[in-house]
Amino acid sequence: MAISGLEIYKLLPKANCRQCGYSTCLAFALQLAKRETQLDKCPHVSEEAKKILTESSLPPIRLITLSRDKTQLEIGNETVLFRHEEKFHHPAGVGIILEDDLTEDEFIKKVSQINKLRFERIGQILDLNLIALRQKQKDPKIYLDRLDFILENSLLIPILMTEDKTLLSKARDLCKDSQVLVYCADINNYQDMVNLAKEKNFILVVKAGNLDELTTLISKINLEGFEDLILDVGEKPLRNKIWDFTQIRRQSLKKKNRILGYPLLGIVENTHPYQQILEAITLMAKYANIVLLGGTEPWQMLALLTFRQSLYADPQKPLQVESKDYPVGSVTDKSPVLVTTNFSLTFYTVLPEIEASKIPSYLISVDTEGMSVLTSWAAEKFTPEKITETIRKCRIEEKVSHRSLIIPGYVAVMKADLEEKSGWQVIVGPREAAGIPRFLKNLS
Amino acid sequence: MALELYKEKWSGEVEIVNIGDKKRVCVGGQTTLPFLFEEGGFPCRPVIALEVWDIPPLDWSDNLVTALGDAIKDPLRWAKEAENLSIDLLCLRLYGIHPEGLNRSTEEVINIVKDISEEVSLPLIIIGCGDDSKDSLVLHEVSEAMKGKQLLIGEVTQSNYKTLAVSCLADGHNIIAQSPLDINIAKQLNILISEMGLPLNRIVINPTTGGLGYGLEYTYSIMERARLAALSGDRMLGCPFICFVGRESWRAKEAKAKFSEYADWGDEYKRGVIWEAATSCGLLQAGADILVMRHPEAIKIVKEYIEDLTKEE
Repeated sequence: MAISGLEIYKLLPKANCRQCGYSTCLAFALQLAKRETQLDKCPHVSEEAKKILTESSLPPIRLITLSRDKTQLEIGNETVLFRHEEKFHHPAGVGIILEDDLTEDEFIKKVSQINKLRFERIGQILDLNLIALRQKQKDPKIYLDRLDFILENSLLIPILMTEDKTLLSKARDLCKDSQVLVYCADINNYQDMVNLAKEKNFILVVKAGNLDELTTLISKINLEGFEDLILDVGEKPLRNKIWDFTQIRRQSLKKKNRILGYPLLGIVENTHPYQQILEAITLMAKYANIVLLGGTEPWQMLALLTFRQSLYADPQKPLQVESKDYPVGSVTDKSPVLVTTNFSLTFYTVLPEIEASKIPSYLISVDTEGMSVLTSWAAEKFTPEKITETIRKCRIEEKVSHRSLIIPGYVAVMKADLEEKSGWQVIVGPREAAGIPRFLKNLS
Repeated sequence: MALELYKEKWSGEVEIVNIGDKKRVCVGGQTTLPFLFEEGGFPCRPVIALEVWDIPPLDWSDNLVTALGDAIKDPLRWAKEAENLSIDLLCLRLYGIHPEGLNRSTEEVINIVKDISEEVSLPLIIIGCGDDSKDSLVLHEVSEAMKGKQLLIGEVTQSNYKTLAVSCLADGHNIIAQSPLDINIAKQLNILISEMGLPLNRIVINPTTGGLGYGLEYTYSIMERARLAALSGDRMLGCPFICFVGRESWRAKEAKAKFSEYADWGDEYKRGVIWEAATSCGLLQAGADILVMRHPEAIKIVKEYIEDLTKEE
């Protein structure tokens, strides 16, 4: 948690020597509090003050970076318990668990299914981040073969799920420069795992079944000088995971308890295809920074990744689409022209309705700074002037031979004014997007 | 090392609203955030209502129509078959009264409601057609005809709450107060309704539902904010939430698109079902108390999910 400027000032030499570049120690302290400058600019600060200030400037939840080639997954460093308080910063990593006892054919098929799990929604790409290989059979060669296949055929960041240290060491080497995650250290094996993690450089999942044991275990690992951790609370009913995760997040943010200040791993062991997704959504909503599951069906992943997109959307800054004309279907010069706002939610509510009408049309989004139709109209961001400017900018008059413009029913009042400003005939459309298919059909 | 737990000491709680007379369902009553059993009480578990229309829906996706079968042609049969599903309430939407549609008379509608109420033991939610003047006319009469049945009737907004609030007060029903994803309006509407004499334990908030991918996060955060305010002592926001997840999730392209057109999105049937179930799941985690759902399989899945989260240990 941030420390105030005045508290920092108390720890400074108060000599006003200006060597930091600020005229007084107080001014320097205030800038430090805002993280606008660094403590090492002060040549006279005491070791004790340094220690206190460095600790207080650490994020309450450690930022962990996993990577492979150019792909990076940053998780943790969250600052709030509820998205409306600010936003959730680092979208949870989503990954698939593959077991090494699948037959070779099954395994190859799974990897190729996983590679297809990529979607586009509201102008964003939704995709997976991680692929975990879990050891279920004893032959290390098979594990390494499977891992090799994954590394050859998938771009996802690997998670190595084995506690066999010899195997782990070889598997880690196969992953070369990737920053991989290893599952997992517990009370019995943590010393060996931590030593290996230090030697081979990987991030380590630390697992304990209850929060007291987890706290003890993390303290011991920290004493070994290791902090690249992700936490797992073990297999237990979903409601208990919700409580543990909530508690860990609260410990970090409300109690400034550093020991539990690491990202959380949620593993979905449920094998029911629908419940798997509900469990994954629940863990994600309740603070999991990585969610791993077995399901590889596109309909499963589309739902889960869409939920992630929503949960991590910035509540203060609405998603917007580019202001331009969008042809929907095989448009001709006779196609109707509709206008709406550039608020993603509005735009992507209108778009599928036009598609559903099966009547090829142009949809023009006006830059309303991400406001919906009524809000932007009230805020004078969706005005006859603005609409006229937009239709001219996208040269729609060169694309269609008619001069009729369809506006949302909620802004019917601007009809006359817009006709005058744009020179187009204005047709008032339905109030709700759901009315568009019927409206467009009746129009023709 | 013993960890000193961080438990919130909330000063407020959610009102308990009772719906139905024969078979009664209670909603609300939480003294903490969703499913934190270690911290507070949950006298009522979240419940599911099946959405039934008084006229056959014309624009529902094939997936839904196939799953519900011929029952959707007859509201009474639809309602009766609902008893085989593991649902808690019935939500009857009276689209037939719409002046631009069938323009059904009040008498016709009252007969339908009475038949259902007599033949089906589930508590009833009655929703109008969305046309303000027709709704206020019909719902007033329905309220009177069903006096004492403790229905949940809606929906009212800031501009039309008075008539229905008076009816609910006189006839012993509960009311749905709808606000457009706006916590201030939600609160204001509750104040206005309770000033008319209808107590807070007879109001259910519809915060306006966004389906998964279509504004779910707005509903999610409005509900979290309202619930946090209620738990912190703001009584005027301490009413249970109703979410129309069936209606909103089945509008999503992801729920209804044909496999032939969107093969990359996978199985068409399961995609529709998961869209409704996932929307429900997300909103349950934000505090939903009543889910109004459509697809029998989605209902079954969400019911199992709720039972799993709420079963006694």
